[in-house]
Amino acid sequence: MNDQRFVVSASPHLRSEESVPRIMGSVLIALAPATVTGIYLFGFHALLIVLVCTGSAMAIEALTQKAMGKRVTITDWSAAVTGLLLALNLPPGSPWWMALIGAALAIVLGKQIYGGLGNNPFNPALVARVVLLISFPVQMTTWWKPTSSFFNVADAVTSATPLGAMKTHLMLKGSLEGFTMTGLIGPLVGNVGGCIGEVSVIALAIGGVYLLARRVISWHIPVAFLGTVLVAATVVWVINPHRFINPLFHLVTGGLFLGAVFMATDLVTSPVTGPGMILFGVGCGLITFIIRDFGGYPEGVSFSILLMNATTPLIDRLTAPKPFGWVESKET
Amino acid sequence: MSKVFRFKGGVHPRDRKELSRDKAIEPAPLPERLVVPLSQHIGAPCEPVVSQGDTVKKGQKIGEARGFVSVPVHAPTSGKVIKIDSFPHPLGKDLPAIEIEPDGLDTCADGAGGQEDFASLSPDELRAIIREKGIVGMGGATFPTHVKLSPPEGKPIDTLIINGAECEPYLTADYRLMLEEPEKVITGMRIMKTILGVERAFIAIEKNKPEAIDAVKGVLGPDSREATVVPLEVKYPQGAEKQLIKTIVNREVPPSGGLPMDVGVLVQNVGTAAAVDQAVRLGIPLIERVVTVTGEGIREPKNLRVRIGTPVGSLLEACGGFRETPGKLVLGGPMMGISQYTTEVPVIKGTSGVLVLPRSRVRLEEARTCIRCGTCVRVCPMNLLPNFIGTFASRGLFDQAERYYALDCIECGSCAFSCPAKIPLVHLIKYAKAEIMAKKRKK
Repeated sequence: MNDQRFVVSASPHLRSEESVPRIMGSVLIALAPATVTGIYLFGFHALLIVLVCTGSAMAIEALTQKAMGKRVTITDWSAAVTGLLLALNLPPGSPWWMALIGAALAIVLGKQIYGGLGNNPFNPALVARVVLLISFPVQMTTWWKPTSSFFNVADAVTSATPLGAMKTHLMLKGSLEGFTMTGLIGPLVGNVGGCIGEVSVIALAIGGVYLLARRVISWHIPVAFLGTVLVAATVVWVINPHRFINPLFHLVTGGLFLGAVFMATDLVTSPVTGPGMILFGVGCGLITFIIRDFGGYPEGVSFSILLMNATTPLIDRLTAPKPFGWVESKET
Repeated sequence: MSKVFRFKGGVHPRDRKELSRDKAIEPAPLPERLVVPLSQHIGAPCEPVVSQGDTVKKGQKIGEARGFVSVPVHAPTSGKVIKIDSFPHPLGKDLPAIEIEPDGLDTCADGAGGQEDFASLSPDELRAIIREKGIVGMGGATFPTHVKLSPPEGKPIDTLIINGAECEPYLTADYRLMLEEPEKVITGMRIMKTILGVERAFIAIEKNKPEAIDAVKGVLGPDSREATVVPLEVKYPQGAEKQLIKTIVNREVPPSGGLPMDVGVLVQNVGTAAAVDQAVRLGIPLIERVVTVTGEGIREPKNLRVRIGTPVGSLLEACGGFRETPGKLVLGGPMMGISQYTTEVPVIKGTSGVLVLPRSRVRLEEARTCIRCGTCVRVCPMNLLPNFIGTFASRGLFDQAERYYALDCIECGSCAFSCPAKIPLVHLIKYAKAEIMAKKRKK
């Protein structure tokens, strides 16, 4: 009886089934609708970009960890998530070498340089995207119309994104007089120009609902982010509809949904408390709105999330809750 | 039916109570040797009052209390004192204990008379009996009951809560006690109400034990003014004192060292109530308790009435031994119990369960880095930030850990249970607490 060998460890002696690989797997599943939609709309080249980004992100993570003499952790699927998110944030016509450079930037500059998963202050996919945007401005702002021919890249017709078209019109004419807004149905199903994974609001929303149901993300960031953009854009639109576009147009165009559901909610780089997440989401929404309606870029989602990432430690400190018992409660 | 409030956080582990819930309490066989530790409660350990070679009788005092926060220990059966020495203790170290060889006769000590008519005794007399009979909190914390029942002048108590939540997975000892001996629990409650002079009492039971709720209601009778039976939401740690008080009377015990008496409430476990009843009415000291022996690693899970001092090994034998290679032996429940390295440890007054997990179910997962997912923050019933406290602890930043209210942690394990990175948060927070306390003592 006493030759039994027991494991001795601290309580609790039960563990839930939740794990880091399972969480990352859920994010991959949640991204499936947007990924498939993007590939369907933009054809074979979009698929190529998705494969290059995801594959090379995993390969580069393994290589850098090996080079640093660390344990290789690609089986936690976080590199795959980063790679796929990067792909969805690139234009469908991106050259493959740019996708490869982007994946390397995301993993090395965005993640491993800080010590790997959990230690990076900024969203790695967005770090890569912004570096690509300022390094390859032409490739990063060449947009395709959704095509009907899957394999023929030469058939691709370039077109502006709805936000870009609006911005250009505004710059040339000084007001929105005469600008015909894209119908709202196009962006819902994805029938507009844009990044591979940002064009279909419906596909993104399906993924978002799944993540909420799986409790991987909470409602705080998406609701605060989208709500702030909606409210702020409504205020200026009411004041001056000639200068500012319909708020619903803001809501369904550009990377707002992709950003609010998948990029801003990145676990590592967003706050940990509910109130903190709301603050974070409001900040993202405000900066996005300011860049879109007053800034030089047509789109500000990436910048807003990266800027708010920098404030995350501060927000965490500001919103640290008071423990149980501090609240005066109503007695019975 | 009173209104029930909610406490924040908590988790829903599979309760696995089906392994033992339908097993009636049966007496555990007397072991060949009993090891009765002199330290079975929070507070000062006892002074032995017998020597090697002495003959003792069942219920005889063998260890005398030292100081106010201390209670005596008694011989669980008649027999001979083999030796007084250090023995393995459930807390994980060797501590002084009295080893007794039973003579198998179970002869009772003389003069163990009770007082059926407890109302004729004064509160002080009742408290003295409760102390003399070695009663401590049986929910696990083992705080001497007479101390809890002696609130200071400035803290009037208006509510007594009898805790039958039993929210720890696997455990069914309290459930069986309420089902089989509800009158003991109710009488114990009446005695404690008399001592405190309170009118209002609640008996709190989780909704997953409807039979226990009915049994207790049956003893109280319809429209009883004595106590309200409150069915509770099934959520861990529903049975934690502060969370229970919040749920039932919507008062929050103040943080950083506050006690239930600060909000006029006293919580006592159902086992404690039954022990109080036995001590006062029949003069029986706390020498046995109900223990659930369970887990996927044991052949025949049971609820046993066990003499204090019984080595765990003999209980495992009484339950048919191991089903497969055991991986973990836990005293208490799976969320807050203490894992053991030997089956020689004895059952003590606070042992509610003996849990055997098979090797196949013991996953030694390597902790990954925190991915800041916030799950632990969401589930913490004390509204703390376990992730930050854990990080501070692992980096030796104990002042920071204290600033994040590490001392308010109740060690319920909800955070570590749900952490996807498998970080041993409770372990880290306990470490931080120990370091903070050590520093405070130095000052």
